[in-house]
Amino acid sequence: MSTSAHSVVEPTGRTKAIAGSLVIAYALITMLPLVWIFLTALKTPPDSISYPPKIVFTPSLEGFCNLFTTRSRQTEDYIKSLPPASGTCEQIARARNMVVAGPSNYVPRFWNSVVIAFGSTFFAVALGTMAAYGFSRFRVPLADDLLFFILSTRMMPPIAVAIPIYLMYRELGLSDTKFGMILLYTAVNVSLAVWLLKGFIDEIPREYEEAAMIDGYTRLQAFRKVVLPQAATGIAATAIFCMIFAWNEYAFAVLLTSGEAQTAPPFIPIIIGEGGQDWPAVAAGTAIFLVPIVVFTVLLRKHLLRGITFGAVRK
Amino acid sequence: MAEIRLEGVTKRFGRTAAVEDLSLTIADGEFLVLLGPTGAGKTTALRLVAGLERPDAGRIAIGGRDVTAEPPAARDVTFVFQQYSLYPHLSVYDNLAFPLRSPTRRVPEAEIETTVRELARLLQIEDKLKNRATQLSGGQMQRVAIGRALVRRPSVYLMDEPLSSLDAKLRADLRLELKRIQVDLGATILYVTHDQIEAMTLATRIGVIDRGRLVQVGSPREIYEQPVDTYVAQRLGQPAINLLPADLLPANRLAAGTRTVGARTEHIRVTPADGQARGRVKWVEHLGDQSHLHIALDGHSLVALVDPDTALERDAAVDITLADPLCFDAAGRRIG
Repeated sequence: MSTSAHSVVEPTGRTKAIAGSLVIAYALITMLPLVWIFLTALKTPPDSISYPPKIVFTPSLEGFCNLFTTRSRQTEDYIKSLPPASGTCEQIARARNMVVAGPSNYVPRFWNSVVIAFGSTFFAVALGTMAAYGFSRFRVPLADDLLFFILSTRMMPPIAVAIPIYLMYRELGLSDTKFGMILLYTAVNVSLAVWLLKGFIDEIPREYEEAAMIDGYTRLQAFRKVVLPQAATGIAATAIFCMIFAWNEYAFAVLLTSGEAQTAPPFIPIIIGEGGQDWPAVAAGTAIFLVPIVVFTVLLRKHLLRGITFGAVRK
Repeated sequence: MAEIRLEGVTKRFGRTAAVEDLSLTIADGEFLVLLGPTGAGKTTALRLVAGLERPDAGRIAIGGRDVTAEPPAARDVTFVFQQYSLYPHLSVYDNLAFPLRSPTRRVPEAEIETTVRELARLLQIEDKLKNRATQLSGGQMQRVAIGRALVRRPSVYLMDEPLSSLDAKLRADLRLELKRIQVDLGATILYVTHDQIEAMTLATRIGVIDRGRLVQVGSPREIYEQPVDTYVAQRLGQPAINLLPADLLPANRLAAGTRTVGARTEHIRVTPADGQARGRVKWVEHLGDQSHLHIALDGHSLVALVDPDTALERDAAVDITLADPLCFDAAGRRIG
């Protein structure tokens, strides 16, 4: 008897084709802005604003050079008097009657983003895991109310508390410090982490810890050896969500950072700056900014496939 | 190896008492099976001995040492769970080695290896040691789970329906294996089940438990032949005991004050009769080596055992007499 051909639940070839083309169409639409950003990053400033838009163009590193350097305009005579240009960026700058004056702030801003995003993700996930374990395994007084309270911190847009936080941070000397930003993003993310992870930890049967405790481990050791590895999937998923929020956060970063601790999101738009709108530089900054979060997600993607406990639970 | 002693142990969850005033001594080297239906409190009793629950009242001693307040790790017991028995993130080898790698034990890795390999040979899973625990069949998983209990030599083995999630054949095989291991090791085992066959075949003594209370303790034969009440009588016997009003059937012997007779199949004599007889065969179940006769009688129904070559068929009329049935009084207590 043929099972697949007449199965009621198995989708037919035509349904599959329709579903497939819908997914591909959606993927293309979603990808288009990203593709445009990558293309713009490789254009020269005139190409980037030409109309009609250029699909085919000669790629140039001008956007990346403008992103990483500051330049000053000079007279043609002065430029001619200089020794031959040493690097690609110097050559590109001189073609525009400019010389490279020094590195831009992009690298330190990018580094700030890395430190703050990874730092806050680490703390949010660490605190979230422990709190979720506590809520999941112990009879916490008023547990439901506490969990609701934790969730309620996410019910308004974070920016609604921007002014109180701005004033608090100014008083406490936390404005424009990496520590202050890590603290803030951790606070925002920890509620999400607790809720997500509680769901994952609830699904890990207590029998495993009980078995470990009988086998001669303390609760904390059982937590580390038995619960954490099995919660890896949930921890990875939570980390990605926290990371994406902290990496992309713009409003608080604009408000609370200006120099020392400024992250990349508020920095990238101000590249537009002097002497015309330098779209290729902005696009280059954005393209590079996308890389870590994509890599991070791809690395943890394996853990997102919930294969780890599948099949071990016999019911 | 050690004896387990429970004295007046009570455990409540909210207002319901899961275990009430339980006193029981399991002798060194004894295989004691706690038998009862789901929710009778047998698992709670086991968890109390393991230290996974703290009693509200009473005392628990293992090997003469009061362990009532001790955490599970300090009690030197091992526990086989009904399910979720293996750590899914570890290999079979690491699962077996896990108890030995406890920070409190500090067994050298070379010694762990010898022990684990030896045990794997015993359990016939040597070729599976490198597998993920999740890649095993149900029977292999449960054998590894039992192996994890055997890998160290604890004073007491606790088992919570370790065979219930297996299919019938495996269950029969592992039952024999368990009994053999217990005899070989001289282990003290407290075993919980609702399966009367496991109880009958494995136990040195059976403890029948009902709504948190221990109703009767005794050897399988005692429990079967001299149940203290109808509840215990119903726990053992296949097919189940027939409980009938005392005046329904003629019997050779009834104790004074009997209200209910308990007739196991061996107490029932079935003889073919003419159409005037009160019993009527409703159904014959042929099981191969024997046949079950389902009989209707004045609005009651009972099951009797007959030879597989019986001539009785559906709607046949039968006479029934009882020989030495169990006698119970109005409250269900056995009086003869």
